[in-house]
Amino acid sequence: MDTATGHVTGINGNMANVKFDGAVRKNEVGYIHVDDKRLKSEVIRITDGIASMQIYEMSNGIKVGDPVEFTGALMSVDLGPGLLTQIYDGLQNPLPELAEKCGFFLQRGVYLDPIPNKDWEFTPTVKVGDSVVAGDTIGTVPEGIFTHHIMVPFTLKGNDWTVKSIVGKGTYNVRATICVIENTSGEERELSMVITQPIKRPIKCYEERLRPDEPLIMQLRSIDTFLPVAKGGTFCVPGPFGAGKTVLQHMEAKNGEADIVIIAACGERAGEVVEILKEFPELEDPRTGRSLMERTIIICNTSSMPVAAREASCYTAVTMAEYYRQMGLNVLMLADSTSRWAQAMREMSGRLEEIPGEEAFPAYLESTIAAFYERAGKVRLKDGSIGSVTIGGTVSPAGGNFEEPVTQATLKVVGAFHGLSRERSDARKYPAIDPTESWSKYTGIIDMGRVERARGILKRSIEVNQMMKVVGEEGTTSEDYITYQKGELLDAVYLQQNSFDPIDAADPPERQRVEFDLLYEALTSTYSLEDKNEIRTFFNELRQKFLDWHGTVFQSPEFEAKKNEIAEFFKTKVAA
Amino acid sequence: MQKVYTKIESIVGNVVTVRATGIRNGDLALVGDSYANVIKLDGDKVSLQVFAGAQGVSTDDPVKFLGRPMQVSFSEHLLGRIFNGAGVPRDNGPALTENMIDIGGPSFNPAKRIIPKHMIRTGIPMIDMFNTLVESQKLPIFSVSGEPYNQLLARIALQAEVDVIVLGGMGLKYDDYLAFRDTLEKGGAMSHTVMFIHTAADPTVESTLVPDLSLAVAEQFALEGRKVLVLLTDMTSFCDAEKELAITMEQVPSNRGYPGDLYSMLASRYEKAVDIEGAGSITILGVTTMPGDDVTHPVPDNTGYITEGQFYLRNGRIEPFGSLSRLKQNVNGDTRDDHRALMDGMIKLYAQYKESLEKKSMGFAMSDWDEKLLKYGKLFEEKMMDLSVNIPLEDALDLGWEILAECFEPNETGLKTSLIKERWPKKLD
Repeated sequence: MDTATGHVTGINGNMANVKFDGAVRKNEVGYIHVDDKRLKSEVIRITDGIASMQIYEMSNGIKVGDPVEFTGALMSVDLGPGLLTQIYDGLQNPLPELAEKCGFFLQRGVYLDPIPNKDWEFTPTVKVGDSVVAGDTIGTVPEGIFTHHIMVPFTLKGNDWTVKSIVGKGTYNVRATICVIENTSGEERELSMVITQPIKRPIKCYEERLRPDEPLIMQLRSIDTFLPVAKGGTFCVPGPFGAGKTVLQHMEAKNGEADIVIIAACGERAGEVVEILKEFPELEDPRTGRSLMERTIIICNTSSMPVAAREASCYTAVTMAEYYRQMGLNVLMLADSTSRWAQAMREMSGRLEEIPGEEAFPAYLESTIAAFYERAGKVRLKDGSIGSVTIGGTVSPAGGNFEEPVTQATLKVVGAFHGLSRERSDARKYPAIDPTESWSKYTGIIDMGRVERARGILKRSIEVNQMMKVVGEEGTTSEDYITYQKGELLDAVYLQQNSFDPIDAADPPERQRVEFDLLYEALTSTYSLEDKNEIRTFFNELRQKFLDWHGTVFQSPEFEAKKNEIAEFFKTKVAA
Repeated sequence: MQKVYTKIESIVGNVVTVRATGIRNGDLALVGDSYANVIKLDGDKVSLQVFAGAQGVSTDDPVKFLGRPMQVSFSEHLLGRIFNGAGVPRDNGPALTENMIDIGGPSFNPAKRIIPKHMIRTGIPMIDMFNTLVESQKLPIFSVSGEPYNQLLARIALQAEVDVIVLGGMGLKYDDYLAFRDTLEKGGAMSHTVMFIHTAADPTVESTLVPDLSLAVAEQFALEGRKVLVLLTDMTSFCDAEKELAITMEQVPSNRGYPGDLYSMLASRYEKAVDIEGAGSITILGVTTMPGDDVTHPVPDNTGYITEGQFYLRNGRIEPFGSLSRLKQNVNGDTRDDHRALMDGMIKLYAQYKESLEKKSMGFAMSDWDEKLLKYGKLFEEKMMDLSVNIPLEDALDLGWEILAECFEPNETGLKTSLIKERWPKKLD
């Protein structure tokens, strides 16, 4: 394929103007040659024969006249076995390998092969003469606990391709040709275990998209019961700094019942990524008994790394998520934080001198965010199996104010909103998800009618609390005071969860059901308690018993004993 | 090839434009006798930002391109020296030209980072005991103007157990600069200190270079195995300088006039804080003045999203509420067995003291318990929170027990019985 060449005519921040000869595509990747380095860039606008390119690296040292080589390909990632456990930057450069090569600091213009150069045990599933289309599986390799499907590239066009040759069962290098396909016009394609996929094009090789109707368990009571997330759904976590967004996401990455978790650390602190890097390999995935790292991919483009690559990192992550979804797996993709990604867009839009929208964000902010979240979904694949991509993004609103463009654009398109509040985090009530402002459109693990009734008690309790601030405890009726205490109980023993307690940190759904049933009974009972002191003492004791119960192992004798103790305790005070 | 151009085509704000070829983005140049750097290239039009300001620049002033980016000399000779925002000596010492290093270098590879685990002792109980400073931490002091934040920084500089101190001053009042210099000289810390000082009267552009100069030098010291503490005051001045330049460059402002990349600007500086495996470390302590005591102002807000906690300086004290060191749990488990429990217990009681104080101010009757809390709160503020208190952590912990014993019965403190048995001071009577 003929690719264009050109030379730099201007440079402003991380945007270069390039005069080119030949044909250039919008969003195609080019390399600017500076001394002996090649800097990756992407064409984002073409005007009057000049391509404006955003440079994914620091732009120092570029001069007018520097040669540019275009690749003809869109910004892409390599997909194949060996992705799991890897740590990449936003452009899919493996960071540990980069460290081996370049030392402590990231050097620009160094691009390494993202797929580890390894041999895999390949088992073909097609034979010569079979017809194949994009996304069809041609064989499998075992990757950790998963059966990794080797697929026909998703970008393959036409449905007249047949397998011309395929290797037998055996061990092959990941980049070796294992299959040759040809079409009716005699064109041939060699396939290896690695395929290349443009990151901004959703993979659509599936039969149909399904409604996300099955909960994705996070083992967090406030989410699974009150604000559920569905497999193939989307959710967002806005919150001011210090409210615990990142800690909450780490909990979800640890305890979420997905097959594969992809974390995009996008423009946040490097220190937080280090915690995952050092902690995950040590942690055991209770469902498989293997290290948590074996189901994890980390895309890490922290705040001090080049801004343009920050935008790419979210797309890189979601493309990998879609890839594993094509194998019939449930993938959870977590992006922290989408605000930084939106800011990267804003920076570029400013350089392009586009007309700014609200808070100088570009006018296409909303549609871009919507298109990104729409890449989530539950799908039925051609072989009948079901796969899903669930996307959860944190949002860092300026000043903690949710009325800003990124939060609002995100709220329009997500299925669940887990808003974190400074008040709750200041009071050390974790997870600091605001139980009344947040919402979810998905069905959780517990009957919605009962959840709504419990939520009603909580809302009423908050109202009573507000009122008490004015009229004092004395001016509140016993009935209201009991409602207030019930709401506090629900908050303290159900919504809050101790992430440092080895047992309470992860609450499986079976256990949540038992706990909710008992709590629900306690909340909906009418009590014969008169004196406010008596009410307070009763609820304090009840709370303590519930908290102790959280510390017992599920279905152990202590668990059952504690459960009976609680039931007996509050039933003594239930009004006849 | 040092070609001199003498035809400046436009002068807008601090930016001059000249026609030249073969110029690299980011290169340094001399406009007249002031340094400038290339910020934009468009064909043969080169836009340069003049560090000393474009005031008085003439269209026929010579422009000489130096063919290298902004650099700073790095060697042992830096120690004890004071420079301005352009890297030119401010003291009477000679200019340094050996071993020039680039500023604003590449970012540290996240995969090479390690979990920070060394405490930095400062002798200030509100830091050591309640919000421990950890090596490689980046932490701002949020403060209203008028608070003694520079005195606090100077004290930390004097008392912190580090090898090298790099002080970056942006928009400092001249007397503040002199105060820093004199305090460090008197305290004997000047011999291991480098200062890059931009005073309020200096050209704005130089203010934006101070963090990069300071951190480039710090990075080299850290790579040599030194424990470096970088003090940056005041980061709000730095942001305001960036705002000024962005507006002059006709960039679209995003929030209260600040440029859209404010977050990235701050992050690329703060993220230089690092603990290098097998070598030294960089710890950054900055000052962020909050205009109007408003933490949602873009500068403190963006800073809070980047840094690992914050100290609130209010009424001359480090506030125990709101102040947070996100890394303290990495280190305060290994100091002394009563550290964490005593820290939590004392803060909880202090919170109750605040409630009692409020009740008192509203005219409610004080119970015995309230009286105890009031006594406790007063002692706590006098003996612990006062910024002049200078005691090692262990003494601070002992002092904590003494204050508790003076005000409460053991079972009123909410501390574990086993700890109380071990640590409760024996009554003298």
